[in-house]
Amino acid sequence: MKKLVILGAGTAGTMAANRLSRVLNTSEWEITLVDPNPVHYYQPGFLFIPFGIYKKEDAFKPKQAFIPRGGKLIQTAVEEILPTQNRVRLANGETLSYDYLIIATGTDIYPEETPGLAEHEWGKSIHTFYSLDSAVALADALRNWKGGRLVVNVVENPIKCPVAPLEFLFLADWYFTQRGIRDRVELIYATPLPGAFTKPIASRLLGDTLEKRRIRVEPEFMIMEVNPDAKKIVSYDEREVEYDLLVSIPLNKGAEVIGRSGLGDELNYVPTDKHTLLAEGYDNIFVLGDATNVPASKAGATAHYEVDTLAENFPRYVQGKPLEPLFDGHANCFVETGFGKGMLLDFNYNTEPLPGTYPLPFVGPFSLLKESVINHWGKLGFRWMYWNILMKGLPIPFLPAQMSMVGKQKVN
Amino acid sequence: MATRTIAGKTVQVNDEGFMTNPAEWTKEIAVELAKEEGIEELTEQHWKVIDFCRQAGMSSGKAPTLRQITTGTGLSTKELFALFPKGPAKKVARISGLGKPEGCV
Ligand SMILES: Cc1cc2nc3c(=O)[nH]c(=O)nc-3n(C[C@H](O)[C@H](O)[C@H](O)COP(=O)(O)OP(=O)(O)OC[C@H]3O[C@@H](n4cnc5c(N)ncnc54)[C@H](O)[C@@H]3O)c2cc1C
Repeated sequence: MKKLVILGAGTAGTMAANRLSRVLNTSEWEITLVDPNPVHYYQPGFLFIPFGIYKKEDAFKPKQAFIPRGGKLIQTAVEEILPTQNRVRLANGETLSYDYLIIATGTDIYPEETPGLAEHEWGKSIHTFYSLDSAVALADALRNWKGGRLVVNVVENPIKCPVAPLEFLFLADWYFTQRGIRDRVELIYATPLPGAFTKPIASRLLGDTLEKRRIRVEPEFMIMEVNPDAKKIVSYDEREVEYDLLVSIPLNKGAEVIGRSGLGDELNYVPTDKHTLLAEGYDNIFVLGDATNVPASKAGATAHYEVDTLAENFPRYVQGKPLEPLFDGHANCFVETGFGKGMLLDFNYNTEPLPGTYPLPFVGPFSLLKESVINHWGKLGFRWMYWNILMKGLPIPFLPAQMSMVGKQKVN
Repeated sequence: MATRTIAGKTVQVNDEGFMTNPAEWTKEIAVELAKEEGIEELTEQHWKVIDFCRQAGMSSGKAPTLRQITTGTGLSTKELFALFPKGPAKKVARISGLGKPEGCV
């Protein structure tokens, strides 16, 4: 039996296990997942919880329900990866050996790294929606809020789902409008970026939308500290922004085990070949999802396209054939804009998000970089697709892994 | 692509004033570009940061991020803001003859 060990049974690890168990001969392969947390979160759902659109129960399921037949899940943390010995040491005292390793330990938030953030006002006037429990706490806070200044701050990039803070602001605009108190609410986006988004054309179009929705951007804001008593955030260049309610996207970092094992960069992401997804310097370790350092969006959709390419490459590779450079950095993000509408961005390493229709020219049905009702349904429908298609390891019908220019418009 | 003469040497620059060929960079150019960024004199600490960025930039082909600079030099973010006020990653990239830091995805 050949041994494939997958570290992390979140979005990427679960998809990889299910997908590879379909393309490999399971009488020859033993697939083992390791993860300490029995709960699989549907993280895109966290965005909807603060506004009462989803409830807590809508955003998780047990991991055990998504383990492929013949595969197993060991519920414990990985303590150390020993790549020169092809082994991993687990928190339960076991040591696992592997022929091939997939690292899919994701990225997590570290609010304690910003002074003042996760202290006595955490959960009171300071919140986040980047974990399930905090999203639930924020729902309570918003429900009881009478208005004032709401500031959304991204501590440092990269973050997973780079559009989520914008979506939060669009939904906040809608939510307070519905409640009839929008005139008593000021919405501010303090971001380290020079504009609304990371790529120029999308940044301009999203920036216009922010302006229309009366959301003010405080650009190039690198937060130094929070002053929780005076209720203000302070940047390194000594700008101060006061708030009544702060919604923070805390520092995102890869798993500590990556750094501890000497496999990580300065943020504990694994240096990874951006086209083959092999860990740099190793020929039997692949890295998927948020755990990589590849310059692609940290998103479930990206992880899905990565798994598509690995499912094509891996069976050939283990027979001694070379890896094809299949992964092109493809990501697509539904951006919820409130009022029952959404936008869609589709891009890769070389092509920034452009306007047009997706996946078919003129027909769509989705429109790129433009608000539409159908994009909103696409986003809500994504949850069903996540649990029933993606996590089971099935490819999405009609959608190839590589990005296509069909339906996109050139913009100057 | 435009060119301009800095410290007696003609180099290629983009429309934001960043050099586009890091191999054309010299220490004299750094001194001039620093002045344009409002830094009258480059101290030992400044050079420590510039040297690190040159090395990182030449090996990866990209200007390092702020966090890469703090990790690589051992200086804190606060110290970097004191040395290169406002946007240290962007300023030091320009002074070091590297492209603009890409930010992220
Ligand atoms: C608010 C929010 C909204 C989002 N919206 C979208 C969206 O609309 N569309 C989209 O495509 N993406 C979205 N994302 C991003 C998406 O959820 C992630 O990119 C995706 O889940 C990444 O998958 P992953 O497997 O790399 O990481 P995860 O799914 O986070 O899984 C990592 C796993 O590793 C485990 N682990 C950690 N450390 C260890 C260890 N030491 N040993 C063993 N296991 C370990 C964890 O327990 C976890 O189960 C959103 C994310 C957030 C937070």
